[in-house]
Amino acid sequence: MEITLQNLTKVFQSKKEDEVVAVDNLDIVIPSGKLYGLLGPSGCGKSTTLFMISGLLKPTEGRIFFGNEDVTPVPPEERGIGLVFQNYALYPHMTVKQNIMFPLENVKMDRKEGLRKAQEIADLVGIGHLMDRKPRQLSGGQQQRVAIARALVKSPRVLLLDEPLSNLDARLRLQTREEIKRIQRETGITTIFVTHDQEEAMSISDEIVVLDEGVTQQVGRPQEVYDKPNNLFVAKFLGTPPINIFDGRIENGRLMIGDANIGKFTAPDQEVTIGIRPEGFKIVERSSFQVNVEFVETIGRDTTLIIEHPEVETPESFEDPEDDEEQMDASAIADEFAPDTDDDMDLTPKQTIRSAKTFRAIVDADYGVEPGDTVKFNVKPHKMHVFNKETGELIKSDA
Amino acid sequence: MLEDRHNIKSWFYLAPALVLLGIFIFYPIFNAFFLVLLEDYNYLRGDFQGFTLTQNFRVVLRDPNFGFAMLNTMLIAFVSVPLSVVIALLISVWLNAVPIKKLQGFFQTIFFLPYVTNAIAIGMAFAFLFNQYYGLINWFLALFGVSPINWVGMGATWGNAMTSLLVYVTWLGLAFKIMVFLSGLQGIDKQYYDAARVDSASRPRIFRRITVPLLSPMIMYITVTSFIGAFKAYTEVIGMFGERLGPPGNDKAMITIVALVYDALDRSGTTGALSEAAAAALILFAVTLIFTFINMQVSKKRVHYG
Repeated sequence: MEITLQNLTKVFQSKKEDEVVAVDNLDIVIPSGKLYGLLGPSGCGKSTTLFMISGLLKPTEGRIFFGNEDVTPVPPEERGIGLVFQNYALYPHMTVKQNIMFPLENVKMDRKEGLRKAQEIADLVGIGHLMDRKPRQLSGGQQQRVAIARALVKSPRVLLLDEPLSNLDARLRLQTREEIKRIQRETGITTIFVTHDQEEAMSISDEIVVLDEGVTQQVGRPQEVYDKPNNLFVAKFLGTPPINIFDGRIENGRLMIGDANIGKFTAPDQEVTIGIRPEGFKIVERSSFQVNVEFVETIGRDTTLIIEHPEVETPESFEDPEDDEEQMDASAIADEFAPDTDDDMDLTPKQTIRSAKTFRAIVDADYGVEPGDTVKFNVKPHKMHVFNKETGELIKSDA
Repeated sequence: MLEDRHNIKSWFYLAPALVLLGIFIFYPIFNAFFLVLLEDYNYLRGDFQGFTLTQNFRVVLRDPNFGFAMLNTMLIAFVSVPLSVVIALLISVWLNAVPIKKLQGFFQTIFFLPYVTNAIAIGMAFAFLFNQYYGLINWFLALFGVSPINWVGMGATWGNAMTSLLVYVTWLGLAFKIMVFLSGLQGIDKQYYDAARVDSASRPRIFRRITVPLLSPMIMYITVTSFIGAFKAYTEVIGMFGERLGPPGNDKAMITIVALVYDALDRSGTTGALSEAAAAALILFAVTLIFTFINMQVSKKRVHYG
C-alpha cells in the first residue's frame, strides 16, 4: 500500500492563543511494502505525522492517500491500520491472547479462526508461549512484541510504530530492531516508524525522511542521506559520532580552514561552514592541515583522536528540545503523546567532552598516535560537505 | 529498654483516638454482644433473670415488624445499590466525555451537590416532588395521561411508598459514586482508548471491555460500601416519611432493621427491650458481614487491580 502525504499540515492551538505548527506542508510518498523511517529531534512533528496517518489526529490541511483512496476523512477504526504505541498501550487486564484477539473480536471474526490467527502471529513475533500471561508479567521487549502482534493480527494495510525501541534497554534495542526488520520483511506490510535515534533509523529503514520543526529536510535511502546531506541540519543529525563542523572559507578555488588548505573547491569566494565526518581524515606526511592531538581513545580497531582547533564550531547538542514538546501539549489531543525520551538520545560518548573547541578524527589504530603528537591530515573529499554560512544549504563545487 | 519506652509513648499518641473509639465503638459493640445474652433484662431496674443464647433473637424474629423491616432493607439494598451504581457509571462516563473543561466542572459541581446537602432536607424535597396534588412527578406523568398517583400521601400503598423511597435513595447515592467513578476514569490512560479505536472497537465494546474492567476496583469499592450503607438505611426513611416511618395512615410501612433497633430502644424501659435491640443489631451485623463476604469473593474473580 503506497501512502501519499500531500501538503500535510497540523497546527495546534494552545490556550495562550498562539499557534504551534507541528507539521508544515509535508509532501512525501511512502513506497509500498517498505520500512520507512520518520526521523528527527523531539518536537519535529514526526509523531504528529504518524498520528495523522493513523487518523487519531485530524490534519489542519492537506490530504492522506492510501494507494488511490483518500483516507483523510476516514476515522481510525476504518483505516485498516495497525498502530504500536510508544509505551505499547497493552490492555493491562487482558492476557496476551486476549490482547491479540481484541481487534479480531471487534470485526466479529469467527473465534476458532481468530485463535488460529492470533497464535500464528504470536509465533511470528516469538511470543507464542506467553499467551496466558498478563502484560505486567512480561519484560519490556516481550510487551513490545505483543503490541506488534496486536497491530499485525488484523492484517492491516499499514503498520505504524511510534518510537518502537525507546522503552528498551540498549541490548534489547539492537535485537528488537532486527526483529522488526524481519517481521516487516516476512509480512511485507508497508511500515512507517518514528524515531529520534538516527542510528536506529539508518540501520533498519529502507528509506528515511528527516524532519525538523515540521519541515521535510531530506528524503532518501539512509546511506544516501548520510553521504549527501542537503543541508547542515541533516549533516549534523546523522552520524555517530556526529560530524565535525568548522568555520572556513572558499578562497581562489581552494577550501580553507584557518591557514590550512584542505582541498580544491570551485565556487565564488565566501565564508562557509565545513562539515567533515570523523572518518574523513587521513594521516599523511605532508599537509598544511597540521594539528596537535589532545586525547586518544582506542576502541578496538579504530582510534579516535580528539583535537583542539580554533575554527571548530561547537556543535549545539540536539538534546533538551523539551520546550517544543510542551507547546504541543497545549492541545488536549497532543498530550496523548508521550514526550520523546531524550535521555537515551544516542549511544555515543557524551558530548560534554566536545564542549571545548575540539573535533574528532577516527583513524586506523596502526598509526599509534599518542596524546601530544602532531599529525597532518588530508581530508577525503566525499566525507566533507560545504554549507552556506547563513542558510545552511549545501554548496556544490562547480568542478 | 528503648523499645519499651517507645511503646509507652506510642500509646499516648494513640490515646485520643483510642479513648473515643473505645467509648463510642468498642464498648457498644461489646455491650451489644453482652446484652443479647441476658434474659429479661430491665434497663431501669438493672436486673435480669439469667443468661440465654436464643431468647432475644426469638423475640426479634417473632416481632411482626421484623419481616417487613428485613424486606424493606433488602429491597433498598438490592434495588437502589445496583441501580445507582449503573446510573452513576453511565453519568460519569458521559461527564468524562464532555469536551469543554469548564462545562465539565460545572456539571461535576451540580452532580456533587446532593452529597453536601443534608439527607433529611433532600428527603423533604422528595416528599414534595412525590406529592399527589402538586408534586412534579405526577405533573410529569400527567403529560403522558397518567392520573395522579398517591405516592406518599394519606393511605398511600406500601408499593407506592416504597417506589418513592427507592427513587430517593438511588438518587441520594449518585453523588458520591459519580465523584469516585469520575476520578477513576480520569486516571485511565487515554492511550487505551486510542488503541481501542485503532482496533475498530465500537463504543459499547470499549465501555464493556476497557472502561469497566479498568474501573473495576472503584466499582467494587463503591458496591461494597454502598451495600453496607444500604443495610443501615434509616435516615432516608426519616427524611421522607418522618418518625411515622411510613405514609400517614400506613405507619411503619417503611420500617428498616435500623429503624427496628431504634423502635426497641424507644421502649427501653420495658423488660427485654434493650436486649431485643441488641439482637436486631447483631442480626443486621451478620447480614452485612455475609453480603460483604460474598461481594469480596465475587471481586476476586472480576476485579482487576492495576
